[in-house]
Formats: sequence, structure tokens, C-alpha cells
Amino acid sequence: MPTLELNGKAYVVDEDGFLEDPTVWNEDVAKDFAGIEGITDLTEEHWKMINYLRNYYLQFGIAPMIRKLCKETGFPLNKVYELFPSGPAKGACKLAGLPKPTGCV
Amino acid sequence: MAEKQPKPEDLAQVDYRPPKKGWMDPHVDFRKGTYCYSALAKNIEYLGMPNPRDWQPFDADWKLPPNWKQIILDGMKDRLEKYRSFRLFMDICVRCGACADKCHFYVGSGDPKNMPVLRAELIRSVYRRYFTPAGKAFGALAGGRELTEDVIKEWFYYFYQCTECRRCSVFCPYGIDQAEITMIGRELLNLLGLNINWVIEPAANCFRTGNHLGIQPHGFADSIGFAVDELEEITGVRVEAPINRKGAEVLFVTPSADYFGTPHYYTLLGYLQLFHEIGLDYTWSAFAGEGGNFGLFTSHEMIKRLNNKIYAEAKRLGVKWIIGGECGHMWRVIHQYMDTMNGPANFLEVPKSPITGTVFENAKSTKMVHITEFTSDLIRNGKLKLDPTRNDHWNVTFHDSCNPARAMGLFEEPRYVIKNTCRNFHEMPENTIREQTFCCGSGAGLGTDENFEMRMRGGLPRANAVKHVHETKGVNVLSCICAIDKANLSTLMEYWVPGVEVAGIHEFVGNALVMKGEKERTTDLRGTPLRGKEAAHA
Repeated sequence: MPTLELNGKAYVVDEDGFLEDPTVWNEDVAKDFAGIEGITDLTEEHWKMINYLRNYYLQFGIAPMIRKLCKETGFPLNKVYELFPSGPAKGACKLAGLPKPTGCV
Repeated sequence: MAEKQPKPEDLAQVDYRPPKKGWMDPHVDFRKGTYCYSALAKNIEYLGMPNPRDWQPFDADWKLPPNWKQIILDGMKDRLEKYRSFRLFMDICVRCGACADKCHFYVGSGDPKNMPVLRAELIRSVYRRYFTPAGKAFGALAGGRELTEDVIKEWFYYFYQCTECRRCSVFCPYGIDQAEITMIGRELLNLLGLNINWVIEPAANCFRTGNHLGIQPHGFADSIGFAVDELEEITGVRVEAPINRKGAEVLFVTPSADYFGTPHYYTLLGYLQLFHEIGLDYTWSAFAGEGGNFGLFTSHEMIKRLNNKIYAEAKRLGVKWIIGGECGHMWRVIHQYMDTMNGPANFLEVPKSPITGTVFENAKSTKMVHITEFTSDLIRNGKLKLDPTRNDHWNVTFHDSCNPARAMGLFEEPRYVIKNTCRNFHEMPENTIREQTFCCGSGAGLGTDENFEMRMRGGLPRANAVKHVHETKGVNVLSCICAIDKANLSTLMEYWVPGVEVAGIHEFVGNALVMKGEKERTTDLRGTPLRGKEAAHA
């Protein structure tokens, strides 16, 4: 497993840079990972998305449907891409410490 | 992270000059963008497959087990005895080259080892060397190659650059099925713990939760419930979406991406509307909650293990027959393997539409009917009230998804449904549709980010055909009946043909379906204002 060194901390991640163990997540992870996702400042809108994903994940063990995520955060999909340039699954989920969704997606 | 991707104008310059080194040289350069990451050990362990370990294709040392060579040769021997097709395909090819330029990966990459004939030759040469008298005696002179670690790496590279789409087999005068050769190649690699994570993680998830994404039953119910709520907002009609309901007449099985991804989700809304409107006595299943079967991309044994849940759940719930949704490779499994692997399902009845009385004789043995067969029968019998003007903002073309097209010959039904729900429809050129359809470039588990360049190369022929109808006919939506397509064609269009969206056919059905008690529809299922209703929506 590769290790990612960010702001003096070492994170074990998969090849795509997703946190290997979602349970070690805390707000510092989102802050530390923001830079590699091309995000300079985590705004209130970013946190709204991250917290939403995090809470959903704790309840259901997976990321929500993309349509649900858009509706419940109030961000249309293009806005999600503005906030997280790699998109909801690859960008937002990574900062929220969720595993990467796999399959026909 | 957002990697720097090659530009379309650069990728479109395909160099077809063959490399200087001969084809027998197995060395492969694992260049970023052209291969997928390895399967994680935890997923291989979960499935009880051999030799789990940490390794990556770009490592010099793949940490093969010490007796790897014997494992492969024994594995080949077993399969040559077990699968007559494999031995036949090894022996029968005359290297006429009819298949050579039919592969989307060859067309898009110019790499001669992506000619199906040569991709097969990578394994055939080892077969000759170790399993034929001429090859044993004369080696390379008889077209045989020594089995070396580099050959294993080469197999990995090229058998994960085949989407098992079977376009080449349409043109083979001997009917050699390249997908079956790739399947055997992958099976052999599996014996050494060599697979890709995009295949093995969904397979492991599927084994654990019943679906690729690892969605648990309460998450399944949450997603379906969300769709029901949203549908009520759009149509004013509250539909029933029963889950795990015993005694229903029909079990509905569809890819999990339909209740996770976009644009898949809009197809899900269409299913829900349709089943409600005709009053179908049906149920979803949170266990058989996946049409896809990444066992097809792993091994015959894994196909059987993952497919088993469909009949098992049909039996547990006591349904009479099964409808399958817009899934691609599921239909190859159903049509060609399910009945003999996990059937016969004699506890089920020959499917008969409770609405029209039509008996689906074609599904007499599997007991499983394709959703477009079911829907086109409803339309033909006048059972649906449809307003195709609600799809007037779409100018549609249809991508025959590889497996429904080539593995089950489903050509007319999807078109019949589209033409009855949409008024603007244009076909792509005839050598790119129906049984000659070009793959999306990301099937068979290759739809990963790290494989981006090769996916875009492999999808180039399909994208070119879309571009043609986009420019000459104004087509703005590419429809398809496969969840992998819905995911990958979206990326492909964004890359090669911006301005073309991707949609499932039952999204069109959902838009056009006039439901009893519906409110005035001002938007389509995506929330886009309907033609002439822009003011009402605003």
C-alpha cells in the first residue's frame, strides 16, 4: 500500500489516493487531501458536502446515489464538479474518507 | 486526483506502423494510462482465490509463486480437457486476418497485439510449444514460444485490453470467439493471483452484499425510497416499489448502478413508473440486487457463484418468472450460462405477460425476459399511453450494447421502444450498429480512471460514429441498454463528442408515459423543461 505524506502526516492510501481505512478519517484528512484534489480553500460549501457524505457513509456504509447527494446538498452536478474538480465519487468521496465506488459506475 | 490526460487531438493520431521488434518478443512497457491496477489482496482473499499479495503491474517483481510455470501449464492442460471450445480455438485459426482490423482497441491504438488474431496468438504460441508435437520438437520454428515471466506480463497487459465484446468473432470465418480465449487467459492469470481490482472488488462486494457497490439492504431501500419520493414530485403519482416481497409474480433484477449512478438513475425512474402504471405484481430484491456479473470477467466458476443468487432469490420469494433490466453482460450470462450452470429453474413458469397474455417462448428455458422485450410487447398491444412529444428535446441514436446485441440478438425491441417514445431517431452507420456494434471501450471491467487513455482509444470507433450523426443529423443523446455503457459512454462523449448526452431507453419511456392521475408534466425526468413548457416550468 502506498503512503501519502501530507503536512507532516503519513496516510496509507490506495493507488488512487483514497484513504485505505475510512475509520481513521477526521477533518484534518479533508484539509490535508484538498491540495491534491486541486482545491485551495475548503469553503463552507465544501464542508457541507463532506459532512453530508460522511454522515451518509456512517449510516449506510457506502456513498449515496449521486442524484440524492445533489438533491440533499442542493448542489447541481456541475456545481459539485466546480467544488470538487474530480467529481462526486473521485473528489468529494476522497476528501470525506469514503472508499471509491466500483462496478458499472 | 485530477491527472493530466492526453488531448483528443493527440490521441486521434493513431500510428499503425508495426513496431520494429518481432511479435514473439513478449516485453511490455506498462505505460500509465494503458493498464489497470492490480486486485487488492483483501478482495482476492474474500473470494477464496489463490495467491493474494500486494503487487502492481508497474513493479519489476510481480512476486509470482515459485512454481508459477507449472501452475500455468497445469491450468492450461485442465482447461484444454474441460473446454473443447478452447482446444478448438487454439487449433483451428488459420491466421487469415479477417478479425485484425475489427477490434476497437486495435483501431484506436494501432498496437498489432490488439489484433484479435495476434492477441490469441499470445496464448496459442504457448499452447503450441507445450501441447503440440510440432511445437515440442521445433519450438519457435513451429510458432511456439517459451513460457517466461515476460509472457505472463504480456498476457496480463493484453487480456486486460480486451473487453470481451465479441465483435471480431462476427467476422471470423471459423467462428472463433475471442472473448472465450480472453476468459481462459484471465482464468490462468487468476491462478497466479493476477487480476485487476475493478473486476475483483465488485465481485467480492457482490458475494458479500449481492451487488457490485457493496450496498447493504437498508441502503438499497433508502435509494429506491428516494427515487419513489422524487418521482412523486415530478409526476404527482406515488408509485409502489416493493422490496423482497414474497409471493409476487415477477422478480425484477437490474444493475446496481441503476440505483447509484447518473444517468442510470433516470432509467430507474422509468422502470418504477412503468411497473406502477401497468399494475405489475412484482418485487425488487435487496439480495439479487445486481444484474451484472463480474464473474464473467474472472472465471467460469465465479460466473456460476455470482449468478446463483438470481434463481435462489426467485425460489425464496416464490415468484413465477423474472424480468431483467438494462444490463449488458448480464444477458450473456443469462442467455449462455445461467440455465446450465444454475438451472434448470423448473420451479419457475414460462414467462407470460399478465398484461397482454404474450408468452415469451424465447425465454422458455431461462425464465428471464429482457425489459425491452417486455415493454415493446406492451406497446405493440396498445397497453401504454405514450406522448412522444415529451422527448422532443432529444434527438436520439442507439448504441447496441455489445452483449444484448451479439450474445442474445436483441436488435429490434430497443428500437421499437425508442421509436414509440421519441420522434427524432437516427441510426449510426450500419457497420457500427446491430451485430457489428462497436464497444464502448470500457467493458469487461476495464472502466477505471488509471486506464483512461486506453479506454478513450478503445472507444474512438464508437465515438466517431456518434460524431457522424451528431454533426449530420443533430443527434444529442446516445441511448443504450447497459450500465457499463451508461457510465463509460458519458466519459467517452465528454472526451470525443461534447454535446451528446447518454441515456437509458426506459428514461424515454418514463418521459413519454402518460400516467393515470399525473399532474401536468413541465419537465423531463432530469428536470429539463419540456419543449413548449419552458414558461410553465419557470
